[in-house]
Amino acid sequence: MDKSKIHPTPMLDVLEDGPWPSFVSGFKRMRDEHPDARINETINSLLGQLEHSYETRKGYWKGGTVSVFGYGGGIIPRFSEVAKAFPESKEFHTLRVQPAPGNYYTTDMLNQLADSWEKWGSGMVTFHGQTGNIMFIGTTTDNTQHFFDEINEYGWELGGAGPCVRTAMSCVGAARCEQSCANEHGIQRHLVNTFTDDVHRPALPYKFKFKISGCPNDCQNSIERSDFSVIGTWRDEMKVDQAEVKAFIDAKGRDYVIDNVTTRCPTNCMTLNDDNTLDVDNGNCVRCMHCLNVMNKALSPGDDKGVTILIGGKRTLKIGDLMGTVVVPFMKLDTAEDYEKLVDLASEIIDFFAENALEHERTGEMIERIGLVNFLEGVGVEVDPNMVSSPRQSSYVRMDGWDEEAEKWFERQSEKAAG
Amino acid sequence: MAQDMRHPIESGCPDGFQYMHPSMRRNYGQWKYHEHPRPGVLLHVAHSGDKLWTVKCGTQRILDVFTLRKLTEIGDKFADGYIRFTIRSNVEYVVTEEAKVQPLIEAIEGAGFIVGGTANSVAMISHTQGWLHCDIPGTDASGVVKSMMDELIDEFKNCNMPNRVHITTSCCQINCGGQGDIAINVQHTKPPKINHDLVANVCERPTVVARCPVAAIRPAMVNGKPSLEVDEKKCICCGACFPPCPPMQINDAEDTKLAIWVGGNHSNARSKPTFQKLVAAGVPNNPPRWPEATAIVKRILKEYKEGAKDWERINDWIDRIGWPRFFEVTGLPFTKYHIDNWTGARNSLNASTHIRF
Repeated sequence: MDKSKIHPTPMLDVLEDGPWPSFVSGFKRMRDEHPDARINETINSLLGQLEHSYETRKGYWKGGTVSVFGYGGGIIPRFSEVAKAFPESKEFHTLRVQPAPGNYYTTDMLNQLADSWEKWGSGMVTFHGQTGNIMFIGTTTDNTQHFFDEINEYGWELGGAGPCVRTAMSCVGAARCEQSCANEHGIQRHLVNTFTDDVHRPALPYKFKFKISGCPNDCQNSIERSDFSVIGTWRDEMKVDQAEVKAFIDAKGRDYVIDNVTTRCPTNCMTLNDDNTLDVDNGNCVRCMHCLNVMNKALSPGDDKGVTILIGGKRTLKIGDLMGTVVVPFMKLDTAEDYEKLVDLASEIIDFFAENALEHERTGEMIERIGLVNFLEGVGVEVDPNMVSSPRQSSYVRMDGWDEEAEKWFERQSEKAAG
Repeated sequence: MAQDMRHPIESGCPDGFQYMHPSMRRNYGQWKYHEHPRPGVLLHVAHSGDKLWTVKCGTQRILDVFTLRKLTEIGDKFADGYIRFTIRSNVEYVVTEEAKVQPLIEAIEGAGFIVGGTANSVAMISHTQGWLHCDIPGTDASGVVKSMMDELIDEFKNCNMPNRVHITTSCCQINCGGQGDIAINVQHTKPPKINHDLVANVCERPTVVARCPVAAIRPAMVNGKPSLEVDEKKCICCGACFPPCPPMQINDAEDTKLAIWVGGNHSNARSKPTFQKLVAAGVPNNPPRWPEATAIVKRILKEYKEGAKDWERINDWIDRIGWPRFFEVTGLPFTKYHIDNWTGARNSLNASTHIRF
């Protein structure tokens, strides 16, 4: 590229200093060393606009409408508001592409994606954006279609953007974690691939996100960040390897176990005995994971595994941050029928959301507006004391249906007892 | 012409088993425990006896294809050809022989990436798009993170914190960055400046009115044109009106500030998950290095590192020592803005005599 056309970037240059890898150096390599002049010019222009943002402390991108043939979403369109000064990056759209659950790749596949992306795009990519997509950052409207056509042929699909079912995310999961109580892969793909149409053709009141964590450590942040959070757990006794407990105490001492394990248990359900064995009151264990995290070798989840489902988590706009609420305290996920039940529940919830949420209202906000009970009745789920931190405190409620509701509870209890 | 266009193959989320290391496929759901031989390295042991070493490293997150190929080349030469990305955009390589760990670490560090980010370290800062690509950002993301990681790199490479520390950044009050032990988020301080000439043509006015969390926006005729007006006494300067109505400009070179929040914790370990709480605001949005924000983050980290017990996350630590002590040890001012007045605010007030002296 003609050196005289290079936009000076004195503020960005400062970000090439320091020990952490520099994104600015990466951009400059693409500007100066990439063999394709189209990429050199695009990145030069982009750096010019970013420098302008740094100088003026303002962003200069606006949205628009760009998609690929047959879909309505999946692209984040970006048109420059300062295209006159920086024309080569005036269209700089991002393609959101769905990764596999847990973000696994072969190097061959990453290289193939890199080849396609430098052919049709800017050559800049992020693994992954906050929704969980691969973000192929920067291409023109025409090349959006070409790039998608090429990678779609070898197995890659657009993610969600706008008011639709979004790309789902899972933690590292059963593939490399001893705490995993769930098949995150199966859950994510069963759920999100049931709603492929709702991913690609935005028609919901607002976004709807699935996130899956294999255990209550919730590495995927699903309670705080997803409308439909699936978290692996177990309902039988946790496994205690007393020989490993003793080995842990030999290495760390009794005080360490008392200070960092037994007294940190939120329900005080652990007792360290005089003979250095550990007793667990499993009926009071809330599966918080702390002791399993500390005494990883000695303590493990039980065998009767399943999932807890929480509904309605989201971030700030509009009514403030909300966490998900327990809607299914425990369900098994072993058989095809179990998975069918999970998918049916998700369908019920998305249908109810589609029909009842206001425009730009998330599931959690809808529940806040109509009350959890109306939501549960709408999706056909019975109330359960695990759904609340405590029962109602306010007496301002009409309760003339009490007898029937109490009868329902006893009926459900006897059905459960009958198995 | 529609008939000439290629129809998409709607295959959805791909099957990940084809991209997993064979040891992961073989031992799927069969891992027994893990150890942490050194910062940046995990050793997982399966019931079968198989061992798998993971080496984690930080990158610049926004990768150019040269850097991506550098990462895949390391994977090909030193790590069996597999790569996983964590949700904080770190790269993870895995090997099945201990002897391969050290050469892999040397290759990663030789290529300029940073090994670390495991267990009780300061993890890679999770960040958003910022000025580089977002349509509504009040600040940059990559630059803020690069600047902070330059300063926190030793805490990434070592495991000297009481427990892990997740830091997040967000470039507007939608807060895409998520909850964090420490969050650095844009906080606007003035109502939007409205270009009344453009509103009627650009904005769907009822949608914009409905978007406001405090009902401060109403339709109005301004200079003979249909527009919108903001009741500036009610306005909380959140910027929610800006995405659906770009003529309601919320970003400002001076009045867009940063605020710092602490104690967000997504895990159920010990206490239930927690949201982050405001601790500092009015922090200048100061490119290219944002030194004021970094200084506050480092101050909080220093006190946490010295004051917290093993396994306490920042929220656990503050729960134990109390908020007055937090403000005392960090030297941050406590102001009227720290007292919540949003829905549910009463739950955050102290209705007891539990006071530390």
